[in-house]
Amino acid sequence: MYIPAQAGIQGFAQILDIGQFLPLILAIWVLLSFAEARALAAEEVSPYVVEDRRSGYTYLSPENQQLQNDDFANPGQLWVEKGKELWQKPESHNQVSCASCHGNAAQSMRGVRARYPRFDARSKKLINLELQINRCREERQRAAPYAYESESLLALTTFLGVHSRGLPVSVLVDGPARPFFEAGREFFQRRRGQLDLACAHCHEQYAGQRLRGDVISQGQTNGFPIYRHTWQTLGSAHRMFAWCNTAVRAEPFPLGADEYINLELYLAWRGRGLPVETPAVRR
Amino acid sequence: MAAPEESGSAAPALPVSYDVVKGAISAPLTNQPGDPDRGRSIVLDRERGDCVVCHAMPLPDRQFHGTIGPPLDGVGGRYSAGALRLRVVDPKIVNPSTIMPAYYKTENLYRVLERYDGKPILTAQEIEDVVAYLLTLK
Repeated sequence: MYIPAQAGIQGFAQILDIGQFLPLILAIWVLLSFAEARALAAEEVSPYVVEDRRSGYTYLSPENQQLQNDDFANPGQLWVEKGKELWQKPESHNQVSCASCHGNAAQSMRGVRARYPRFDARSKKLINLELQINRCREERQRAAPYAYESESLLALTTFLGVHSRGLPVSVLVDGPARPFFEAGREFFQRRRGQLDLACAHCHEQYAGQRLRGDVISQGQTNGFPIYRHTWQTLGSAHRMFAWCNTAVRAEPFPLGADEYINLELYLAWRGRGLPVETPAVRR
Repeated sequence: MAAPEESGSAAPALPVSYDVVKGAISAPLTNQPGDPDRGRSIVLDRERGDCVVCHAMPLPDRQFHGTIGPPLDGVGGRYSAGALRLRVVDPKIVNPSTIMPAYYKTENLYRVLERYDGKPILTAQEIEDVVAYLLTLK
């Protein structure tokens, strides 16, 4: 507490009279508590960190974070726009569009991206968002499924993802989904390729360390589909898995393969609680 | 799948065998002594050794060095040629859980890309060159 030097012994005695200053002390205490709470909040309420899980966003340069944050600059928004058109577009056979059944995507699709992949009771398989879109095309629109990683499938997947932005990733891994989840975990832990590396080596054991100049991320998937600078375009999680597999000189699986959908489920669970960031920007 | 056995092909020959004795492969893999200058270029070559991707090395001409493995400054003073050779050929013999790849191994690997299948990352001569270079790091 500030004590004026000229206050002298008498003044000092007065200050010691706590009762007189109680309101002031209380006010200072309350202010300090607020300041402390706000400082804590700045760290803890960052939506990009949940317990020990860190979104790839936290490894980005401030410029790339800005690029992701700004809907007018984020290159992934091109696919959102295209997806928005496809959502409305009737297919020629029966004139059914996505919107014919699902209406306004902002409402009907809210939270969907955060729950995929999911176990599908009818086919008794695990399906991801891309497979669900193609199923709708075949069964409801009587249209040919989109090729995996085609611009149209990426556009619709990205458009759906945007309607879950900010919602925590939350997939079901128990019950019938369990065997798929375990297979995904096994994939993550298994050494592969000429370099004999498992996903876990880099993205779990050594996340945060530097590989040449780049900090290794945790390999979280909450931002997919992502606009990736290395690709100069937007890509799915499966494209990233295939890229990583090839980087360790291992045979990749075809995009859309069951092995990659299982891995997608395991990784979604591993990043549970992280916010959907579609379309994220990554290196 | 094993690499085709043909002489004169550009692909590395099938691995020569080696003996591990007391944490070392004391016999060189080839008759030609390792060349430290060639070794230096291999440890920087992204398609071959690329040691700097994970290790800091006393090579100031390369800006970024990794922090995955231990720094290799002075490693030639701490280990014998045989101990270094073993750690490059197959570090999992020393530490089964290490992240470090085996640079001279073709078996017990899973789903190796077809163009690399049956081939070690480095040839026997390249291993000798890298070992010769590491020995200069005193």
